[in-house]
Amino acid sequence: MPTLTEPIAAPAGRATGVPPTILTKREHTVEIVSDSGEGAQRCGQIFGAVSAKMGNGVWTVEIIPAEIQPPPRIPEGASGYRVRVGAGPVTNWGDATNLALAFNEQVLLARHRLNALADDAILLVEDKWATSEDADIRAAWEAAMVELSTRHYRIIPVPMEAECLLLVDNPRKGKNMFALGMLARVYDRDCDRIKEQIAFTFRKKSEAVYNTNVQLFERGYEWAETNVDVRIHVPLQKIDEKLVVMNGNEAIALGAIASGMDMCAMYPITPATSVSHLLSEVFEKFGGIVHQAEDEIAAAGVAIGSSYSGKVAFTVTSGPGLALKTEFLGLAVMTETPLVLVDVQRGGPSTGLPTKVEQSDLLAALYASPGDAPHIVIAPATIEECFHVMITARRLAEAFRTVVMVLTDANLATGVTPFKRPTPELHWQAEPVDLSAVPVGTKAFQWDPQTGLSRRIVPGQANGMHTLTTLSHDEGSKVAYSSGVHQRSSAARSRKLAVLQSLLTPPPVYGDATGDLLVVGWGSTKGAIEEAVDRMRAEGLQVSSVHLRFLSPMEPGLKPMFTQFKKVVTVELNYSDEIGDPYVTEENRRLGQLAWLLRASTLVDVDCWTRVPGEPLRPGSIVDAIKDRMPTRGAK
Amino acid sequence: MTISCGVLPVLEPEDQEHAYEMGDYEGARARWCPGCGDHSILTAVQRLLASEQLPPERTMFVSGIGCSSRFPHYLNTYGFHGIHGRALPIATGIKLTRPDLDIFVVMGDGDCTSIGAGHWIHALRYNLDIVVMLLDNGIYGLTKNQTSPTTPQGHPSNTQPHGSWLPSLNPLTTALGVTNASFVAQTAEWIPSHLYATLRAARRHRGLSFVRILQRCPVYSSAVYMKAVQDPSRIALLAHDDGVVVPELEKVYKNHVAHNPHDLEAARRVAESTEHVNLGVLFADPSRPRYEDLRRVPPRTADERIHLLDAELDRYAV
Repeated sequence: MPTLTEPIAAPAGRATGVPPTILTKREHTVEIVSDSGEGAQRCGQIFGAVSAKMGNGVWTVEIIPAEIQPPPRIPEGASGYRVRVGAGPVTNWGDATNLALAFNEQVLLARHRLNALADDAILLVEDKWATSEDADIRAAWEAAMVELSTRHYRIIPVPMEAECLLLVDNPRKGKNMFALGMLARVYDRDCDRIKEQIAFTFRKKSEAVYNTNVQLFERGYEWAETNVDVRIHVPLQKIDEKLVVMNGNEAIALGAIASGMDMCAMYPITPATSVSHLLSEVFEKFGGIVHQAEDEIAAAGVAIGSSYSGKVAFTVTSGPGLALKTEFLGLAVMTETPLVLVDVQRGGPSTGLPTKVEQSDLLAALYASPGDAPHIVIAPATIEECFHVMITARRLAEAFRTVVMVLTDANLATGVTPFKRPTPELHWQAEPVDLSAVPVGTKAFQWDPQTGLSRRIVPGQANGMHTLTTLSHDEGSKVAYSSGVHQRSSAARSRKLAVLQSLLTPPPVYGDATGDLLVVGWGSTKGAIEEAVDRMRAEGLQVSSVHLRFLSPMEPGLKPMFTQFKKVVTVELNYSDEIGDPYVTEENRRLGQLAWLLRASTLVDVDCWTRVPGEPLRPGSIVDAIKDRMPTRGAK
Repeated sequence: MTISCGVLPVLEPEDQEHAYEMGDYEGARARWCPGCGDHSILTAVQRLLASEQLPPERTMFVSGIGCSSRFPHYLNTYGFHGIHGRALPIATGIKLTRPDLDIFVVMGDGDCTSIGAGHWIHALRYNLDIVVMLLDNGIYGLTKNQTSPTTPQGHPSNTQPHGSWLPSLNPLTTALGVTNASFVAQTAEWIPSHLYATLRAARRHRGLSFVRILQRCPVYSSAVYMKAVQDPSRIALLAHDDGVVVPELEKVYKNHVAHNPHDLEAARRVAESTEHVNLGVLFADPSRPRYEDLRRVPPRTADERIHLLDAELDRYAV
């Protein structure tokens, strides 16, 4: 075990003139952590954006403390940015971090305790705390070093503040640019592009601010040049198509614009709110508005009122908000009013983990509204799909005259990755609302007896007057007093889902169409699952995966697909019991939410492996779990 | 008539060959109990629609759940019979999208002042140009006799059989306490000419017109307004040129209170006073900002949007 002071006494210097070690990696994960408000996120954002522009695959994740301004130097306050760069496309956040840059040792401890750091990680850490005048701080540093020494980390102390003080009076502002400079040297980033990005970041500030930040950046670069003895080389790829880089919430917002919707009614809730931040900035120039309602219920109601009288509208929320919206969800289903409802899932139940990812709203998304309220549920699997799903959702809501729920999650919402730049197309846009007269006698619900579909009438259309009602009603929207009407109207609403399913094609299998084990996933876990499958297949394991976008109606063709495998296991970010847990039996075991649905719809004995770590799944964890669940050879 | 509309093509009125008559607004046969005050309100509304010549296809009634929320079914306009307490958010969404529509919201006292109270407060502040009618019978009728916030203290019900525990909520002082509230009036369904005149003033006001209509429930709360119905001296008519003036009532209702509806402080005093049942316009200020005007944005064609989106995406280009 290295002694406490060993790495500190021997800073990885190049002062001896030894050239740095160059490590070539297919992928590398770097993170910058600090106390809240020290700018680690901005440093990480610039690093990620420039890496993408240079031709690396990139997936970034925010490290978010639960509080706005937690006290300094506590592990719970760790705030930062995690960037996974790759020689090819990066589809998920990966496994452990390979290089961390920390503004104090306490936030580093937080990452260590979360097992976020690879055993051989390189840790660059601000060292001023080691010699603090405050004995408590010195003691905390010493204790942290002891705790960190249980792993094989390589700790490189960095006099960040001391260096910054040579240029500025208040190093709290600007230390992040020094950090960016160090990373730029270690990863050999394009300094011109970084300066462009700094200029963009500070475009609303003065020239002097820009100059200071660039000086700090250059100082960090030079310091690393002299004092850090390692370079990480992640090969670049030529970018031959136009890319955009954004997070999933931005993609949802821009997708909503692309779909032609012009009303977003919402109430602030983490992690959904940033959809409305972007829209509030730009929506009006597209002719749309964001209405911040008095509560989640009203947000749903305003969206429904808008949809009813014009183009399809949408509302965006997260778990607790979804709970409040369920009565209105039932209303929209019953009155066949189109609505797009985006649920950016977070950890639950109740307030749960507001800033952390989870996939625990699936069953609530399908079934939370009392009574039989069939509606469509779609889950985009990537940030790119967050953009396109809104166009699909708006169309389906209109065509099927129902609610389309879009399930994303905190991982998609805050993850940032480049993807093919969408080329906006005219046919994505909603048609103008038809306000022409309808023939006398046109009914509010002329249900097609085969499909259950009917065309909605919009107020303003002469001869179309009727009263929509949430009571059971007949074709004319008359309150149903006679027997049989409820059966007939329920059938019409339900049939629409069967019709939609008949239009879907079975999802593709990733890997061979037969084998020992099929992993089934949904939502943001696609990248991690497929990376895990790749690793297992490389080891010769007969593992494939399939990823579902439509959860209601369920995608077709699953049963015949499942029977080609000895075992089917869902991998999900929600809670399930494990066989072997106290009291847990085959009979009472609570399963992953998709597993319930698949067992019901296929009668296949689907198993699950699910976790609620408050962070995205790591490919490595999936590999370990699936290997544990591999069927024994020859068994079926 | 020109119709300005933020997001939709301008609607030209259909050629109307004949003037609308009350019968043009009749929907399904009303199923309220005999003697229910809602019948009288329905008649006054039909009279108003005819006198204002509102095209049925551009007139919208939104309601929640309760006896009075059946209202839209009995009219031949567009209607949205929603869920309990939530008529106002639906109406807000419609008005923001379709400022060209004439929107009336019908709520009972449970709907408006209890389960939907949050929306009520905020709708008053949004001040959309809609008419909001509170049909206040001081009881839950549809669910069969439970205490509501406006049930008078001591009045028994199935949920508070020894009498309502608390003093009743005053919808007028509540409404007048909300920032940006622009029109607050009170009328009674058993005085049809006053009811009609008040609704007309509400309809003509530019902004959210909140009208509390005292309404008898002959089955569960007949005692609530009995004295006021039987004894005209318990009623006071608020008199002002900018309020409601119904000369033929002045012989029967001899208490006339001079009240300037532009004086908010005076309106609050009137709302608080218990000496008489005050009927008329307590407050009106058409200059208060209307949310749909504040949020009006120029419409864009699909082509324009696609070009703008293309430019927007460049901000995210790698």
